[in-house]
Amino acid sequence: MIKTIKLPFNRKKKVKHVKNQSFSSFWERNKLSNNYLLKRRIGTGVFKFCRGIMLFGLAFLILQPILSKLSVSFMLERDLYDATIINIPRNWTTDNYEMASRLMNYRHGLINTLWISLVVALVQLASTTLVGYGFARYNFPGKKIWFAAVILSIVIPPQTLLTALYLNFKYFDIFGIIKAIKGQPINMLGSIWPYLMISAGCMGLKNGLYVFMLRQYFRNVPKELEEAAYVDGCGKFKTFLVIMLPDARPMLTSIFLFAYVWQWTDTFYASFFLDRFGLLSNAVGGLGDKLNSYIQQITNRVQIPSIGYTQCIISTGTLMVIAPLIIIYLIAQKGFVESIAQAGIKM
Amino acid sequence: MKQGTKQTTRQQPKKPVKHKKPKSMAFKNGVTGYLYILPFAIGFLAFLLVPLMQSLRMAFCSVGFDGGMTFKFVGVDNFKWAFTVDPNFVQNMIGELLQMAYTVPSIIIFSFFIAVVLNQDFKGRGLIRAIFFLPVILSSGVLVGIETNNQLMADLKDVIAESSNLTSITDVVKSMFLAEGESLGPINYVFDAVDRVYDIAISSGIQIIIFLSGLQTISPSMFEAAKIEGATAWETFWKITFPMISSLILVNVIYSIIDFFVRSDNEVMDQIKQVMVIDIKYGRSSAMAWTYFAVIAVIISVVSLIISKKVYYYD
Repeated sequence: MIKTIKLPFNRKKKVKHVKNQSFSSFWERNKLSNNYLLKRRIGTGVFKFCRGIMLFGLAFLILQPILSKLSVSFMLERDLYDATIINIPRNWTTDNYEMASRLMNYRHGLINTLWISLVVALVQLASTTLVGYGFARYNFPGKKIWFAAVILSIVIPPQTLLTALYLNFKYFDIFGIIKAIKGQPINMLGSIWPYLMISAGCMGLKNGLYVFMLRQYFRNVPKELEEAAYVDGCGKFKTFLVIMLPDARPMLTSIFLFAYVWQWTDTFYASFFLDRFGLLSNAVGGLGDKLNSYIQQITNRVQIPSIGYTQCIISTGTLMVIAPLIIIYLIAQKGFVESIAQAGIKM
Repeated sequence: MKQGTKQTTRQQPKKPVKHKKPKSMAFKNGVTGYLYILPFAIGFLAFLLVPLMQSLRMAFCSVGFDGGMTFKFVGVDNFKWAFTVDPNFVQNMIGELLQMAYTVPSIIIFSFFIAVVLNQDFKGRGLIRAIFFLPVILSSGVLVGIETNNQLMADLKDVIAESSNLTSITDVVKSMFLAEGESLGPINYVFDAVDRVYDIAISSGIQIIIFLSGLQTISPSMFEAAKIEGATAWETFWKITFPMISSLILVNVIYSIIDFFVRSDNEVMDQIKQVMVIDIKYGRSSAMAWTYFAVIAVIISVVSLIISKKVYYYD
């Protein structure tokens, strides 16, 4: 740097000038490099072209089901069977949306799904962050065993436990305390509490994975940050709240989004513990049967709607369920994608 | 420990009374650590270990309902039933295992490849990344079930299969290159993978994210040094990128295996649920679930043992 500044002005200019003149044309430079430049440029061009084609193809592959659902959802029934109609409906209609929303009880389901997913995701986020931080930063006896327990909670399919869990909540009791007070164990099913308790205990949907990811994240944060805080007299929990959490905001956002989205589409826990709330994921799962009974109710005959029409309604319902998610994803996408990509999960 | 003692003695000077030996730093940290993981500890004990033991007990019992649950110990009858009497269980399980052995490698290769590509610099990278992560949302929960239960698509496929023998482009390519009846193992594998590229793409969202985040942690100075030394891109890939990311391959393999086994359209899972909900045989379904779980555990431990020997740790 310093040398170039010290160079006389005209000499520097001259050098630049000469450089420009001798390498001005691509072909000339190519000749000088024995066709290496041309080969290389063609090589990168072909590579970029192939990469573009491949990415476009795969992106289309992923988007195609959504696009086809979108086009089907605006079609009248007769459009579905018209072979001359490809993708763009001839008779536009929003009847399918009305039908699907009536069958799913959409507004009620949407509101319930919105707040339940929010509450559950927040609870899961809070408890998994605490646990992940504890695993990343503190040494305590039996840490390895507890971490093995985290792995175990990821590995065990929840279906294995469900029967026992279900029965436990049906006859809920803590060491016989409730029985002593009320005379009988209480039935907790039908309220949101069982699932909230499971979430608070980091045993909800894929919570082991969140703990694992947060642990990896906190492990990579430099320790000096906290040590400085300790030296300045900040307590342990306050350090965690004031120093660590604000820094981890991108990671926390991603975990929150994961929890929110997966809770939104989950049917497994939802059908057992949150059935009463008419969540959208359950509603869309039973859409086909509901349509059957609805048609039979109207026509007063045993009549099954055509497969095409059933699929059309189900597609519309699916779209209506994922539409809010896609909106959230589009808004949060940039931060989400970048923060996840840069969180740097290391083993 | 010494430091801790000094501090406390300085704080309360000149008290001749015997005071308790102050707790060491390590002990305090241990307590705090336990406080942090307390939610998990309680949750694990209450919602995982207890139900797990209960279901283990059920597996060896015949569960009845007369005024509450009654357990009658029957030994290994439930397991015997699952293996010898039930016609589908063993078959379903072997089928799932084979499919797993088939799918997981393609998912790993695909997601690694895509992660490497998405890590490069090109126009519209943000958009492409957003599209590739979309399956994280779309391939979860209820949506998978809807896609696989699509009656219309299945019918269409049957119609196409009836009208012509060649249902996909790979069949055409295969018939062009290979003589009738001839089959080459690895090539067939590639063709099958191409046929199921949608399934693979849709189920490798998380894996791409994990690989991508790993790729971001490799310091660029390594690549720079390699470039200056004259390494080609191919060499750089195998000597730097691959070893640096190998620990994440282990993570991803395990994640994919688990994801494959617990996904909602798994046949064994379906059967377990059916035996439990429709036939109301809690004992038998628990026995099946435990068998299944034991198989998964064995597979995961074997796979992780094999891979972890090859993994390179940089630190």
